[in-house]
Amino acid sequence: MFFAVCKISVNDMTNPANTTIPLENADGVSASCWSCGEMRAAHFCTACGKVQPPAPVDYFTFFELPRKLDLNVIALEKEFYILSRKLHPDLNARSDSQEQAWSLEQSSLLNDAYRTLKDPIRRTQYLLQLEGVELEEQSKSATEQARATGDVKKQIVPPDLLEEVFELNMQLEELRMQKKMGEDDPALLEEIGKQKLELETKNEALLDELKSIWTSWDAIIEAEATGQSASADRKQVRDQMVDVLNRRNYIRNLVRDVNAAMEVGN
Amino acid sequence: MSTNTDRIVGIDLGTTNSLVAFMQGDSPVVIPGEDGSNLLPSVVALDTNNHPVVGNSARNFLIETPERSVYSIKRLMGRGTEDIQQELALFPFHLADDLQAGEVLRIKLGDKTFTPPEISALILRQLKRNAERYFGAQVSKAVITVPAYFNDAQRQATKDAGRIAGLEVLRLVNEPTAASLAYGLDKKQNGIVAVYDLGGGTFDVSILKLHDGIFEVIATNGDTHLGGDDIDNLLMAIALDDIQGDMGFDLRHNAEAVQTIRKAVIEAKIALSSEPSFKLDIDLPGGPRYRREVTREQFEKLVQPTIDRTVGPCKQALKDAGLKPEQIDEVVLVGGSTRIPKVRALVKELFQREPHTGLNPDEVVALGAAVQANILSGGSEATENMLLLDVTPLSLGIEVAGGVTDKIILRNSTIPASATQHYTTQIDGQANVAIHVLQGERELAKDCRSLARFDLKGIPPMAAGMPRVEVKFLIDANGILNVSAREQRSGTEAEIQVQPSYGLTDEQVEGMILDSFDNAEEDFRRRQLIEARGETTTILAALEKGKKSAAWGHLTTDEKKQIAKMEKALTAVNAEEDYQAIRKAIDALNHGTMRLAELMMDTAVSTALKGKNMDEADMGEGPTAPHPMAKAEFE
Repeated sequence: MFFAVCKISVNDMTNPANTTIPLENADGVSASCWSCGEMRAAHFCTACGKVQPPAPVDYFTFFELPRKLDLNVIALEKEFYILSRKLHPDLNARSDSQEQAWSLEQSSLLNDAYRTLKDPIRRTQYLLQLEGVELEEQSKSATEQARATGDVKKQIVPPDLLEEVFELNMQLEELRMQKKMGEDDPALLEEIGKQKLELETKNEALLDELKSIWTSWDAIIEAEATGQSASADRKQVRDQMVDVLNRRNYIRNLVRDVNAAMEVGN
Repeated sequence: MSTNTDRIVGIDLGTTNSLVAFMQGDSPVVIPGEDGSNLLPSVVALDTNNHPVVGNSARNFLIETPERSVYSIKRLMGRGTEDIQQELALFPFHLADDLQAGEVLRIKLGDKTFTPPEISALILRQLKRNAERYFGAQVSKAVITVPAYFNDAQRQATKDAGRIAGLEVLRLVNEPTAASLAYGLDKKQNGIVAVYDLGGGTFDVSILKLHDGIFEVIATNGDTHLGGDDIDNLLMAIALDDIQGDMGFDLRHNAEAVQTIRKAVIEAKIALSSEPSFKLDIDLPGGPRYRREVTREQFEKLVQPTIDRTVGPCKQALKDAGLKPEQIDEVVLVGGSTRIPKVRALVKELFQREPHTGLNPDEVVALGAAVQANILSGGSEATENMLLLDVTPLSLGIEVAGGVTDKIILRNSTIPASATQHYTTQIDGQANVAIHVLQGERELAKDCRSLARFDLKGIPPMAAGMPRVEVKFLIDANGILNVSAREQRSGTEAEIQVQPSYGLTDEQVEGMILDSFDNAEEDFRRRQLIEARGETTTILAALEKGKKSAAWGHLTTDEKKQIAKMEKALTAVNAEEDYQAIRKAIDALNHGTMRLAELMMDTAVSTALKGKNMDEADMGEGPTAPHPMAKAEFE
């Protein structure tokens, strides 16, 4: 007799895959290729081409990238293809079973990393996770904090949307009722459609807003790398990104509700 | 005879037909069966001695002894009883009477029962034999194609079938992706390609980005219950209704009549792709005759709803890929059902362009599998730089509180892909945790496919919530899920027990392999031996004739002595069981009699010049004695 699953929904930071371990081991321990003894590259040996045992690294490190957000997706794709040609199991099908197992792990890590980093939203979320931010938790505590201090305005329901959301929810309720009764109100549908379009436009704008915060973030990383003091506060920039992501998330869920309500019975 | 044990074949294990292909030089070729046909009908029957018969010869059994034969078995692969109600209503599958709940399906053929992987294994074994006959060497490794939209259980079942057939399945490749490999091998150009694959029983659509030899699947979608079979069933329903209405009897339960009608409507379906109308004229068992004319217009109206079901998956794939139809550079048609003009019209409308029809829709998947087999074996000049990056067609999730699916790997993720989840206990000292793995897109666990239930055991005693078990889900390059677990606080490996929801256990597969695999090895050895002995007889007979010919006199005493020695050696080994020794002796004698054969040829030529014909010259079979390069023939 077993007990129900209890998923831990806390921060994923203890996941070793999210912990940065420098590839160039300072002590020089196991930094050489297991096969030919040459200095090992990140994932495969540059001397003999053999796939190396996977090191528990974060996705940025995997691609040998700094933790900057405004990254060149075209260059990332190119690197993804280059690494795929080294790591993919199909190209290591004749290696021994240990190497094949490494190839499978390395290749899945590569795919997971590429999938996460190529998408602007997932990339930002992942970075925030690496920074120790649990998105929902953070937003809640940030909201509490903001209320207490009256400092930055952060709410689960974005305040600039409060009125609209209320209105929209009423209309959606009406639409559901009508569908149930088999009635049809083109004017209402048109109104909801218009609001949906507005929400989508807002979401686009939020993506632009996020990208502008990236610039501040990247400047901080840049400054750290060169040993200078950053002009912006790391935590503040982080919180701004969390705020945008939360608002975006909220709108996305709303659009999903609208789609669901409009599709029922159609 | 050279034995290349590393030769990897590509196999298309289809609903209607199956094929085996391999890479010959720089192009893939289909290996024909004994009857010379490239297509092996995916039909299995038991003959009167309870021996399995596969392919064209099994087709006759469909009508004569329908209760001893089965077709379209692919529809049952990796499925449970509750999944196949639709199939049971439309297909003459006879389930075993003693089927227990939760057990893998078994089909009744005569008084024997078989699981779907075992039936598929019989088809695979026939393909394996065809390839072995062709190569004159054993084949033990294969790439097998599956519908892109096959779930984990269906993939696992296919892999099991391979193992049962004595094949190491090096890779499962998605059918539309395989087709794109065959397409891309010739084309060698970059761009976005959509593959529309409507086969006998399944529909897939895949959108790929071709970039300097990399075939990257961006999105895939499909329906594993949709294909040419469904069209056949529509036509059959009409015929059966007609017969019931006009003649007053219901033939639905007369298996022989149903198969007779099925054969006729398939003929009609094929004809209606090129003819404006078709006259059905069926001699029903027991005398009555059914006739009806079907026009193309009627046919198209009838099948429209069925082919319209491909629209949803195509639109979803485009949406998932983030592409508009006009961004697709080419649409490739795969599968026999894409010969139907109405299907082509639909594709044209969907993607707003004329589809590419240059490929043989029946063979392209097998050819692509051969290309992939070549890549796996290290590649060649033709496949240099080619690499396939495929995706998982369905999201992978875990059941969480409230029966909700928590998705951890989303559909269309490039594979291999992984996800890590952490679990803990709910009560003090709890040693076990049960985890339910799901596949599918639905919100609720009950609407998704249950892949497996894992019991995490051996968690060290700790207060509730303290243990931290890390479970790693890894989808490999075959699209099959692998799971591993570790308790992180104590560092102990938590043990995982996998209970595949609809699959055979390792032990079951093992048991099935031993039977057939041992037999296959033995069969192969015997065939090699029989074949070698056959050649011995031929070459010795040829030698006897040679000795009587004029040419014999031209040989030196030494040469004659040598030949006699080799003849004796061959006769000696021929009596034993070692086919390789026999082969060696044949080769030696073949070589040793080369001059005799030449002399006989000269004599024949000079005799012919004198006005006699070759037969009279008593050339014998000398020059036609099996040469080492001659293709081996078995059976």
